[in-house]
Amino acid sequence: MPERVLMTSEDLRRAITRIAHEIVEAHKGTRDLVLLGMHTRGVPLAHRLARAIEQIEGEAIPVGALDIGLYRDDLSTRGASVQLAPGELPQDVSDRRVVLVDDVLFTGRSVRAALDAIIDIGRPQRIQLAVLIDRGHREVPIRPDYVGKNVPTARGDDIRVRLEETDGRDEVAIMPQDVPDGRQEE
Amino acid sequence: MASSRTSEARAGAQQVTEVPLTPNEERVWRRRHVLDLDDFSADEIEVVLETTAAMKEVLARDVPRAPALRGTTIVTLFYEASTRTRASFELAGKVLGADVINLTSSGSSVEKGESLIDTVRTLQAIGAQVLVMRHAMSGAPYLAAEHCDAKVINAGDGWHAHPTQGLLDLYTLRSRVGDLRGRRIVIVGDVAHSRVARSDIWGLSKLGAEIVVCAPPTLLPAELGKPREDGGLPDVTVETDLDKAICGADAVMTLRLQQERMAGGQLPSLREYSRLYQVNEARMAKANPGAPVLHPGPMNEGVEISAALAHGAASMIEEQVQNGVAVRMALLYLMRGSK
Repeated sequence: MPERVLMTSEDLRRAITRIAHEIVEAHKGTRDLVLLGMHTRGVPLAHRLARAIEQIEGEAIPVGALDIGLYRDDLSTRGASVQLAPGELPQDVSDRRVVLVDDVLFTGRSVRAALDAIIDIGRPQRIQLAVLIDRGHREVPIRPDYVGKNVPTARGDDIRVRLEETDGRDEVAIMPQDVPDGRQEE
Repeated sequence: MASSRTSEARAGAQQVTEVPLTPNEERVWRRRHVLDLDDFSADEIEVVLETTAAMKEVLARDVPRAPALRGTTIVTLFYEASTRTRASFELAGKVLGADVINLTSSGSSVEKGESLIDTVRTLQAIGAQVLVMRHAMSGAPYLAAEHCDAKVINAGDGWHAHPTQGLLDLYTLRSRVGDLRGRRIVIVGDVAHSRVARSDIWGLSKLGAEIVVCAPPTLLPAELGKPREDGGLPDVTVETDLDKAICGADAVMTLRLQQERMAGGQLPSLREYSRLYQVNEARMAKANPGAPVLHPGPMNEGVEISAALAHGAASMIEEQVQNGVAVRMALLYLMRGSK
């Protein structure tokens, strides 16, 4: 089956603008707010969200990057280690309100690992989760606070998020697969 | 698979067989053992150096701990004395949550005459997944890698190689000098008997530096200028006059003079050696401004390096020790997933 487009660049831009509004509303402004993007595509998404929030509130908010390589629990299924990216943490996350940003929420294991990573760095006041796509099939009790689009999927489907910064264009597509219980990287 | 690959590696220890990285955005590590830098690709070195930067951040935390190697057993097996290499491997493993067992030849069954292969197999039987090994014989870690399933890191074998020192030197140099392509890096001292110099030469050549080797003719390595398949080293410029070598240098890497060289007749006297080959502030004035000085330790202050220089602003000797922990964390982390 060919891949099917779920979000165009316009859809993507609108979803990011809406999430930015939701974050500002939930936090009554931008005080203590920090966005942490998860490598790889969570990082440009976090930067876009921060720009959108700045346009709404006129306040720049710090953005960081988080590589969860040290905290993964799925090494045996992934096979090989991957280069770790230096995390660019804006400052101490202690007593801040952290919004974790990722492209696709699937099993929830990456987010679980990210929570461990954040807690090892400091003790935030609060941690929330923003994702562009929630595709279901959670394996741990994790729930997003902000969602760009909910997409019902089969386990073996392939969700492909493409961003200008990493892939040259903005688009989300789904590639249905007939592998019955195929594991896919989140 | 593993054993056939390592026996190949051993047969052509100097042969350049670059392990290609997958072309996708995530740079995946496939190397099983780290025995020498001669078969590293520039890409692989980049992966190690980038990951090292991430590890420096872990080390800078209030509580420097991450669980990446939880449940992994690392054994350090040192047949030769060591302070910083052994301690930094132990710390690197512990920061990442591994269990680290330290063995030295004295106080273990090695003293009772147990062979290297038997010792290695015993350690594997008790569950060692990573073996960090130092040995006075060149090639000993290759033998170990061939005879056990554990992943082997060479922590120094004879005069042959000390790859983790080479990598930490590259990281340290880059942190001060930046991109090493075309930069003039001078390696001074007892190059012939130095595994550090050999690994530095391999690493620097992979990253495209201009390498100048400076030593008395008796302390130049025999394999310089030989073809690669004959165990030759990469191309370097040889200059026996230190004052000339150091002109326009972007960095100077000094080496420990092993005092036993005097007995072998390779040097007339310590005093003459330090007069001609000591790196000091007067000589560093001829290097490019801001050029750093490195030394792998332990130092003979006043012999190969002056005390004032070793403890001055140009010295990166302390950074080398600090970076040593991060580089070893990076390798242990990357190797955990390789088959």
